[in-house]
Amino acid sequence: MAKSLTQEFVKGLWNEVPPFRLVLGLCPTLAVTKSVENGIGMGIATTFVLVCSNVLISSLRKVIPSKVRIACYIVIIATFVTVVELVMQAFAYPLFLKLGIFIPLIVVNCIVLGRAEAFASKFGVFRSFLDGLGMGVGFTLSLMALAAVRELFGTGFLTFWVTPIRIFGPSYQPFSFLVEAPGAFMALGLMLCLMNLVGKK
Amino acid sequence: MREMIKMVVVLTVLSCFSGGLLAYVRSSTKEQIENQVLEFVKGPAIRTILQGASNDPITDRFNLKVGDREETFFVGNIDGQPSAVAFETSGKGFGGDVGLMVGIDVKNDKFLGVSVTTHGETPGMGARAKTDPGFVAQFKGLGLKQTLKVTQDGGTINALSGATITSRAVCSASDEAIKIYKTLKPQLVEKLKDFKN
Repeated sequence: MAKSLTQEFVKGLWNEVPPFRLVLGLCPTLAVTKSVENGIGMGIATTFVLVCSNVLISSLRKVIPSKVRIACYIVIIATFVTVVELVMQAFAYPLFLKLGIFIPLIVVNCIVLGRAEAFASKFGVFRSFLDGLGMGVGFTLSLMALAAVRELFGTGFLTFWVTPIRIFGPSYQPFSFLVEAPGAFMALGLMLCLMNLVGKK
Repeated sequence: MREMIKMVVVLTVLSCFSGGLLAYVRSSTKEQIENQVLEFVKGPAIRTILQGASNDPITDRFNLKVGDREETFFVGNIDGQPSAVAFETSGKGFGGDVGLMVGIDVKNDKFLGVSVTTHGETPGMGARAKTDPGFVAQFKGLGLKQTLKVTQDGGTINALSGATITSRAVCSASDEAIKIYKTLKPQLVEKLKDFKN
């Protein structure tokens, strides 16, 4: 059944939101969500790559021979990822230092290749654009949500851009387990559980 | 056969396109990235040393050949004159090279200050060379005639307690800076004239 254009966009925000529903792209989800700022940066970078690669792949879908399609997708995705990396180095160097290795790793992010294979190679350019944008925004929001939980309870601060804002008073004892690696798994598990409870019919 | 040619052609064209795009992006962001790296890696050290400079030492810079490598010199306008330079040297520390940014007052041949940039010293011991302002403050205002040594070696610099090797590294990096400065002084003075406005 063909979906309306709005549905293509909205599905990425809730019904098929990447980390929580599709359970894709967990590596950056776990690794960079120490602060909301990192989450936003990673989300924007991934969204850019998703949108660009979706549009390009869908406009070339009739040209790319099916036997070498994965190689073609990887070339396209890797190009955009490198562009993002250079631009981030040039204009947001502190953020680049914090995200470090996880920017080049967007190339192997399942969401990007997954959308290329499952969606952009079958549908038109505009639809693919909306799909990529929806998935990207959904991914960004999920990262922000997870990062907000971890940072808020782990440090008592929230960092939206550069300066941390104190949310809980000085008497709050930070639960710093949450900003460590094992805390990421716990927080993600609890979020998944919550999403499943809410979405249960 | 047709299909094979098509595969080769498509992949080749895609790769060429991608290579071209990347080359373009890289060349157009190269300068900006260099500035950012200087700003965030060496910037803090340069700014502490050239305190009171009325210009931005990170944009006012030039390169000179030191031996067989290029060294970047940062220019500071003190009292309205481009009269100070800062550059990086290094000395052998406990955990590898200790990078040291050294600022020199060209008019009076004096140290303006030094600051540790990169190091692999032990946290809480040698790493204090970077975090303890009292240690590097000893170099401020020193003349360039003497060789710098820690007190244990018969010099005047009080070593950080428990971190003599690191302190020696900072001293030898400063000596290195004096050597470079003395050999290059005529060229430095020439270059500094260009920054007068």
